[in-house]
Amino acid sequence: MAFFVGIFSASAQEYFPKNDGLKEKNTNYTLFTNATIHVSPTQVIRKGSLLIKDGKVAEVGRSVSAPENSLAIDLEGKHIYPSFIDLYTDFSVEKPKRAEGSGRSPVYESTREGFYWNDHIMPEKDAINSYEYDKKSADEYRKAGFGVLGTHVMDGIARGSGMLVALNDEGGDAARILDDRAAQFFSFEKSRASRQSYPTSLMGAMALLRQFYWDAEWYAEGNSDSKDRSLEALNANKGMVSIFEAGSKDNNLRADKISDQFNLNYIIVGGGDEYEWIDKIKASNAKYIIPINFPDAYDVSNPYAAKYISLADMREWNQAPMNPKALDENDITFALTTFELKKPSEFKDKLMKAIAYGLNKETALAALTTVPAALLGKSNELGSLEKGRYANFLITSGDIFDKSTTLFENWVQGTKNVINTLDQKDIRGNYKITAGGKTYDVAISGDAAKPSSEVKIGETSYPSKLDYSDNWVSLSFTDEKTKEVFRTTGIVPKDEQNFSGRLLLPDGSETEFTATRQKGSTEDKKDDADEDEGPSEIVPLTYPNIGYGYATTPKQQNVLFRNATVWTSEDAGVLEGTDVLVKNGKIAAIGKNLGAGGAKVIDATGKHLTAGIIDEHSHIAALAINEAGHNSSAEVTIEDVVDPEDINIYRNLAGGVTSIQILHGSANPIGGRSAIIKLKWSEDADAMIYDNSPKFIKFALGENVKQSNWQSYSRFPQTRMGVEQVYMNYFTRAKEYDAKKKSGQPVRYDEEMEVLAEILNGERYISCHSYVQSEINMLMKVAEKFDFRVNTFTHILEGYKVADKMAEHGVGGSTFSDWWAYKFEVNDAIPYNAAIMNSQGVTVAINSDDAEMSRRLNQEAAKTVKYGGVSEEEAWKMVTINPAKLLHIDARVGSIKEGKDADLVLWSDHPLSVYAKAEKTMIEGRTYFDLEKDNDMRTKIDSERNKLMKMMLSEKNGGGKTRPPRGKDKQYFECETIN
Amino acid sequence: MKKVTLFITLCLFAVGFIGTAQQTPAPKQSEVITIKGATAHIGNGNVIENSVIVFENGTITAIGGSTTGTQGRVIDATGKHVYPGFIAPTKSLGLVEVDAVRPSDDQDELGEMIPNVRSLIAYNAESKVVESMRPNGVLIGQTTPNGGRISGTSSIVQFDAWNWEDAAIKTDDGIHLHWPNTFRRGRWWVGEPRGWQPNKDYQEDVTSVRQFLLNAKAYGDGNASEANNESFKATQGVFDGSKKVFVYAHGEKEMIDAVTALKESGVQDVVVVGGYEAHKIIPFLKKNSIPVLVREPHSLPYREDDDYDHSYKLPKLLAEGGVLVGIQNEDMANFQTRNMAFYAGHVAGQGLEKEEALKLITSNSAKILGIDDRYGTLETGKSATLFVSEGDALDMRTNKLTHAFIDGREISLETHQTELWKRYMDKYEREQ
Repeated sequence: MAFFVGIFSASAQEYFPKNDGLKEKNTNYTLFTNATIHVSPTQVIRKGSLLIKDGKVAEVGRSVSAPENSLAIDLEGKHIYPSFIDLYTDFSVEKPKRAEGSGRSPVYESTREGFYWNDHIMPEKDAINSYEYDKKSADEYRKAGFGVLGTHVMDGIARGSGMLVALNDEGGDAARILDDRAAQFFSFEKSRASRQSYPTSLMGAMALLRQFYWDAEWYAEGNSDSKDRSLEALNANKGMVSIFEAGSKDNNLRADKISDQFNLNYIIVGGGDEYEWIDKIKASNAKYIIPINFPDAYDVSNPYAAKYISLADMREWNQAPMNPKALDENDITFALTTFELKKPSEFKDKLMKAIAYGLNKETALAALTTVPAALLGKSNELGSLEKGRYANFLITSGDIFDKSTTLFENWVQGTKNVINTLDQKDIRGNYKITAGGKTYDVAISGDAAKPSSEVKIGETSYPSKLDYSDNWVSLSFTDEKTKEVFRTTGIVPKDEQNFSGRLLLPDGSETEFTATRQKGSTEDKKDDADEDEGPSEIVPLTYPNIGYGYATTPKQQNVLFRNATVWTSEDAGVLEGTDVLVKNGKIAAIGKNLGAGGAKVIDATGKHLTAGIIDEHSHIAALAINEAGHNSSAEVTIEDVVDPEDINIYRNLAGGVTSIQILHGSANPIGGRSAIIKLKWSEDADAMIYDNSPKFIKFALGENVKQSNWQSYSRFPQTRMGVEQVYMNYFTRAKEYDAKKKSGQPVRYDEEMEVLAEILNGERYISCHSYVQSEINMLMKVAEKFDFRVNTFTHILEGYKVADKMAEHGVGGSTFSDWWAYKFEVNDAIPYNAAIMNSQGVTVAINSDDAEMSRRLNQEAAKTVKYGGVSEEEAWKMVTINPAKLLHIDARVGSIKEGKDADLVLWSDHPLSVYAKAEKTMIEGRTYFDLEKDNDMRTKIDSERNKLMKMMLSEKNGGGKTRPPRGKDKQYFECETIN
Repeated sequence: MKKVTLFITLCLFAVGFIGTAQQTPAPKQSEVITIKGATAHIGNGNVIENSVIVFENGTITAIGGSTTGTQGRVIDATGKHVYPGFIAPTKSLGLVEVDAVRPSDDQDELGEMIPNVRSLIAYNAESKVVESMRPNGVLIGQTTPNGGRISGTSSIVQFDAWNWEDAAIKTDDGIHLHWPNTFRRGRWWVGEPRGWQPNKDYQEDVTSVRQFLLNAKAYGDGNASEANNESFKATQGVFDGSKKVFVYAHGEKEMIDAVTALKESGVQDVVVVGGYEAHKIIPFLKKNSIPVLVREPHSLPYREDDDYDHSYKLPKLLAEGGVLVGIQNEDMANFQTRNMAFYAGHVAGQGLEKEEALKLITSNSAKILGIDDRYGTLETGKSATLFVSEGDALDMRTNKLTHAFIDGREISLETHQTELWKRYMDKYEREQ
């Protein structure tokens, strides 16, 4: 619809020769008068004038003295706004093609030479090299109010530089490219152009970025004797604005962590869910670019289908539109973006919704103009209509944040683009047309620029179609009974109420007609039927913001458990009829008839009180488990990807679990570092991770690391023989690295070597996935060669065959109770394993490696009583104090002992019994699971789901957009999950 | 002291068993045996304290209180417990040995509707995994093919046999139909979002099942010899009641659709397998006399908002609602099947009376599988397929078998695993 009038655009550079005509100059001005001019979000001039020349603002003010050679345009009743800026698009740049697969074997090597070793790191790329101005796309953005776009190639982890382009079709690239290196871009997403495997995980992407920045520092100091154009590019881009696509509240914080570590001041592209963690987002002190792709309501009319939708997803529909408001209220600087919308035309509706949810209009305008300009350091050129800025502005019929407002023109660099004809008359109203002997009532309403019609006689409606452009009206309507079609075409005179023209009758004859305007027209009433109203109710947030989340973190309480059977997991054994006093989160006293001293008394008669269960081998509460892209991934850490919102945390609490080690998977001989956490449901990852956490790393042996059970033949090692050599090689290198560093010589900081050196120095412990006796023995011998001890063998299903050697080495065993037969290397796995290792003096724990089994580890421990006759007390230790010892947290947790953390479970029955239920699970005096509370929450979840479904149904019935139901598909991890 | 006794026991066993593939199947019962003094858990909800159980030629001839007369060899089980052998429905036991080793996997044949594919002939009577069921009291199983829409035909076997013919209790007892789902997972590898989305092909898939059954019925009604169609032939039993249809479905709608379609197609006996939402349609299930084999209680809730203990309590809800319910664990690795007892125990922990919970893996399953004339309870005239445990067999601490019998044959409770245990304990004892 838009057409272009190149008035003042700099269509050709002054020093260019011209042969298709004569070189001439137009030095005229354009003056817009009588408009409400929004110079900036905070400065509005009523009845003001705007003077532009050569694509820039020459003057703006209440009265402007215009030179003689000015073309004046009267904008009486109209508004002028600076046009919008979106920094985060891929406008006019080509996305690289997806790399073709060649066989199923993963690719481990880089495909490039002379660049960084990882294909997903491409700081040397410049968007301008894949740029070609896209007029069609520019038109779509202009219709949505945008005048300038930041654009880059959305591909890869380090993506190189992006550019800033004005949507000026006339000026040519010389005028419209405002900056060809406006910012550099990053993300956690790999490039589609390369199949290089590393990184396979989020934590790998983080580790890669960190190493990349360290390497760049080292390179800048001139330490490299070869050329790396990626590192050179990153160093050359130093000081350029960095924009990081994080995409969710938690990834925002991950990006911010890297930003802080290397002093990068990332501007973070968020995910729209910041409201859920608004305090932490505020505390990040970062500036944000925020998408507004609020989800449509789900179609919940089919109850069988509706059950798939989680409460969390229903809430998202209800709550997400308040995100911009929440950011604003917390004084977080943010720009808005069309990113994640299917097309720019969706932008206005979403923005209206944010405003209906309370986003301040001034902030909204700033987020589209001054903020993005300032983020790029271009406030002197863009974002407002002060003198000297680009003449990038919008002419509207009224308040731009009003739904019924029409956008007439979008001027970019002084080039006019018509979106809707400015002088087109508003014809909305009621008319009467007489045709074929009948008089029809015609109501014209809706958008003034694109009105719609309704044709009636009395109560009978006639299907009709209305076109209105350039002041010509075409209306056709059908008599459904006779199937007769009437067609009219007429012009609307500027100063008349009626319109008239030619009427084509069904029989083909033509006649004149006049549409006579009636009084009491709809035009007079403000049409606010489709005005976005705020939500009828916004349901409250919980932490995490899913079913079973808590409104607030449980309070720390002083509690006296009265008259319980207390399983101490200490030499004291099992104490009948005993009291345990919890004070300030610690176990204060154990004894008979203790005074409560103000503590809340819980009658535990007939019940059993134990220390919380500790799972040495868990993969819940993490967003990634394996970094499988290399045969060593010591540089990654699960602490980077702890997911405090995993419902399995809650379910584990319901099974009496209070602490877990989230281990890296078993995809490689040297895996990643662990996170050891307490299951403090409702709190964040930092609160869950142990303070001064013991340092652990996962190693793995056997079929998984040699990739026996899937199609991969290209990574070393492919045999157990090779596995030993991987260790020999890495530890030798780490030893050299450490020695060099300790000697004071400069080293290239290498995160992987740093971590391995910690092992050599006894500062980090290994928990090693292991099955068969040969490999178990091998790793102990490797460790002994390097003079350290393996801390834990996990799984260790043939530990019973070398239990004596394990005891001698001093390594513990953390094993399954009864798993076997799932792969070749567990053929000789036996359920007596724990009992045998225990009998030989190995510290034995029973672990889960499984989100389901972890919630009944008490039963798994009980199996050692059946298989091998372990005593009940010893069996119980295998899920409490023994794993605590293996994790080096036994001074804090794992038993009921005065002074230890009050991490306790109250059981309905003997804790090793299949009939026992955890009734209360407490961590540091806070009850994170309570059977009664759980029951209440079930009811609440049901009623909240019902409430939200009713709201969605009424949205649907009111004509709102809906989408089909969808269900979460939770990914469950175990050792072998490659993600 | 404990170590010494163990050492002696080890020596005794070490001689006989090391190196054999599976324990040698027991010979036929040759003498009358009486088990005396134990608490007998009948499997139908009743208990006889201080019981006497007599069996001869594989069949229980008498069971009663302490006044019942003993005969033949008397096993004093005072203070111990006797149970009917536990039953494991819908399992690929004997069809897969090691999950990750493809050559050992015979559970899933190519093809969508292949009822003519029979599990029995592939059943590995020498499976070490099958052997490991016995020390936990799991003595009978339905060896079941997997995959596709109609996976094939199962048979019911006992777990101490020389070969599959020996093992068979009930040959070709049912066909296994995996009902389509109204929702499906997003195919993320082709760019769809992860997560569950409506399955647009659902109705079409349902129609193809109906069509298959209609064709099979028509084939049977007509002159069957005209065309050789093994899959239609193998389906005939479902129309005359000689074969059951085990239909795998979890959702309310899926279960209702499945039962309706199967009944309308002339299928006589339908068993729902899975039944995650069966508690929501109890009246419907009862009206149609549909039993349910629920998914093992040791499974996670399907959805984030579901009760954490959904799977723990589902069998209880169904049993209390009057539905005939048993437990299966078809979606678990085969080795897990030895935990059947603890599934039932776990349900009892949620409030179902213990003897009722026991029915979930004994008499109820026997009824559902159609072998209750011989198996599932300790009653006169039924097979002497039973075991003695030192304590409560539903609790892992006390599930310790001293004797087990299949059709009166006293079977070995040793396994590849107990042998390794003893061998290595022996090694360590000798080193000291």
